[in-house]
Amino acid sequence: MTLITRRNVLRIGAAGLALPFAGSLAFGQDGPLKIGFVNVGPKDDNGWTFGHWTGAKALEAEFGDKVEITFVESVPEGPDCERVLRELAQQGNKIIFATSFGFGDYVIKVAREFPDVIFEHATGYQRSDNVGTYNARFHEGRAVMGTLAGHLSQTNNIGYIGSFPIPEVVMGINAFTLAARKINPEITVNVVWLSSWHDPAKEADAARALIDQGADILVQHTDGPAALQVAEERGIIGGFGQGADMSAFAPKSHLSAIIDVWAPHYIQVVKDVQAGTWVSDDSWPGIAAGEVVIGAYNEKIPADVVAAAEAVKLGIADGSLNPFTGPILDNAGTERVPAGQIVDDAGLWAMDWYVEGVKA
Amino acid sequence: MQFRLEKRPEPSKAMLYLTPVGAVLATALVGAIVFSLIGYNGLGAVREIFLTPLLNPLKWQDLAVKSAPLIIIAVGLSIGYRANVWNIGAEGQYVLGGLAGTGIALLTRDMSGPWILPLMIGGGVLGGMAWAVLPALLRTRLQVNEILTSLMLTYVAIQLLNYLVIGPWKDPMGFGFPQTRMFTADQMLPTIIPRTIVHLGVPIALVVAVAAWFMMSRSVFGYQVKVVGAAPDAARYGGFSVNRTIWLALLTSGALAGLAGVLEAAGPFGRMVPSFPTNYGFTAIIVAFLGRLNPLGIIFAGLAMAIAVVGGEVAQTTIKLPAAAVGIFQSMMLFFLLASDLLVRYRVRFGDRTVEARA
Repeated sequence: MTLITRRNVLRIGAAGLALPFAGSLAFGQDGPLKIGFVNVGPKDDNGWTFGHWTGAKALEAEFGDKVEITFVESVPEGPDCERVLRELAQQGNKIIFATSFGFGDYVIKVAREFPDVIFEHATGYQRSDNVGTYNARFHEGRAVMGTLAGHLSQTNNIGYIGSFPIPEVVMGINAFTLAARKINPEITVNVVWLSSWHDPAKEADAARALIDQGADILVQHTDGPAALQVAEERGIIGGFGQGADMSAFAPKSHLSAIIDVWAPHYIQVVKDVQAGTWVSDDSWPGIAAGEVVIGAYNEKIPADVVAAAEAVKLGIADGSLNPFTGPILDNAGTERVPAGQIVDDAGLWAMDWYVEGVKA
Repeated sequence: MQFRLEKRPEPSKAMLYLTPVGAVLATALVGAIVFSLIGYNGLGAVREIFLTPLLNPLKWQDLAVKSAPLIIIAVGLSIGYRANVWNIGAEGQYVLGGLAGTGIALLTRDMSGPWILPLMIGGGVLGGMAWAVLPALLRTRLQVNEILTSLMLTYVAIQLLNYLVIGPWKDPMGFGFPQTRMFTADQMLPTIIPRTIVHLGVPIALVVAVAAWFMMSRSVFGYQVKVVGAAPDAARYGGFSVNRTIWLALLTSGALAGLAGVLEAAGPFGRMVPSFPTNYGFTAIIVAFLGRLNPLGIIFAGLAMAIAVVGGEVAQTTIKLPAAAVGIFQSMMLFFLLASDLLVRYRVRFGDRTVEARA
């Protein structure tokens, strides 16, 4: 709580005096490198947008006053984001990170108007001369979480809260289910679609419905901890943090987490831009590069289960294990990947089918 | 000591027009003080939210584009609200308008010609209208409350949209993302001012508002709507059909919401995506009331709402005001408007029972 003090009252007066000058302030050529972030949720969603906020903070820590960061929250996907992108470019931001897939069309459009501004679009696929894309191999983390779920589920029924059936989400569901069924072939994964990235009320409703249908483990591909809070309240076996460690919201039910670490990518982009070596490309690292990090395991998980999960993590990290190794059947019984083969990146980005055991 | 609210016999006309301005000023004043006290740049926030969008010519195009759909939908709603017909489902009718236009766009993908866009717009109008037929039918035949049916149909419309963009309408080249193909040049709204984003929907919004104003104040239909709303019994006695008015009110508001939908789809969006429903249909309800249910007032109300949204984004990027603070400013504006409205229509009486007896 801030109290009304004389100093605060003075501040109002001072702000009034400063008003006429505020518009005329401009940064010279030697000013800080201005960097903008456009986000679909609020930074305190404790998940996805929080992850990018942490990445933005890492930029400040790394470059100090050589960078000036503007972090715009809760920007709807669609034409509204076009306005924010253009605004940031007009304000002199030289690098703009757009951190949700629905910003894609508008990033391309605004980038055409500002050829000297560099745009980086997270989770998208459209690139141009000054638009690069970046993402993380979250599905690698899903394979680790699936291994835990395969060992821990007692009802063999896992509830999965999805946002939109886009390849990134579909490959997460599939990686999770493949890993879980490798341990326990009885497991089924029931998916509920929310058509939203951040809607705590809907997330909680979906979590309750899934638990009522017998799920004892919940997974979510939405941006906040609402499902975990329901898991904690209902006392089921648990769920997983998505994007960030969410154990503060569900100390008993938070089994582990997939943590997005964007800092290395952001720092690299800024260094490339400063050095003039930035080129448009697609960056898609995973566990091996440290961009996808597995959170701490809940102390209630038996040591052998933790060891199994760690083995999957290390296998993915050293390349000896690929979460999508055949034979893989889809949920209609058709063989999609023959024994011994893997799904390559192009196959992952075209994934619009579900593996055996998924009800979506 | 107790106080009561007493209805004024005749609310002051001047006050009715002054209170929206007063609400904005009160928001600016209170907002500046409160945000300064909690350590933000309060005056800066007020400047960026309320003044920058008006003073910075770069923002005018954004105001025009953001307010156009709000004005079109709100004008339609105001006609119904005058008749006491409460269409709360403009969002769904907006979605259906967009979907109908998109359907035509996908069918005419390989064709070209200047006839495609008018066809899409016509389809959008019919789509929005069709979505309003259900509440009208239920209300006039079965006395089902249109507030509930129109609202619930909004969610049906959104599910239909999701089904189409995830299923049959999905762009085969879109890497599985739930969206249709981009519209072709013949299917997009033309920009009317070169090198801006101001599209044909902006003048359409103004024409719609002026035409509605003319119709409401000068035609028998407008008179009928007002009588049915103000005194249904008198209207029946006067030979005006209440059911007919309900039909006309719902179809008009549905058609205009559908028009706004197809203009958004063919304009700023350029394809159909799951994020197409942007709450224009709900925000337009506020705009309709902010504009006193008067089509000309609605033009200003739509602009005021656009200023708050555009200015809110400016405040986030320039003085780093958090998104939640911007929301507080927007809510405060509505709070002051509704509060002052109450005082325009009612007066506060202090005192005891003798006053009450007189009332």
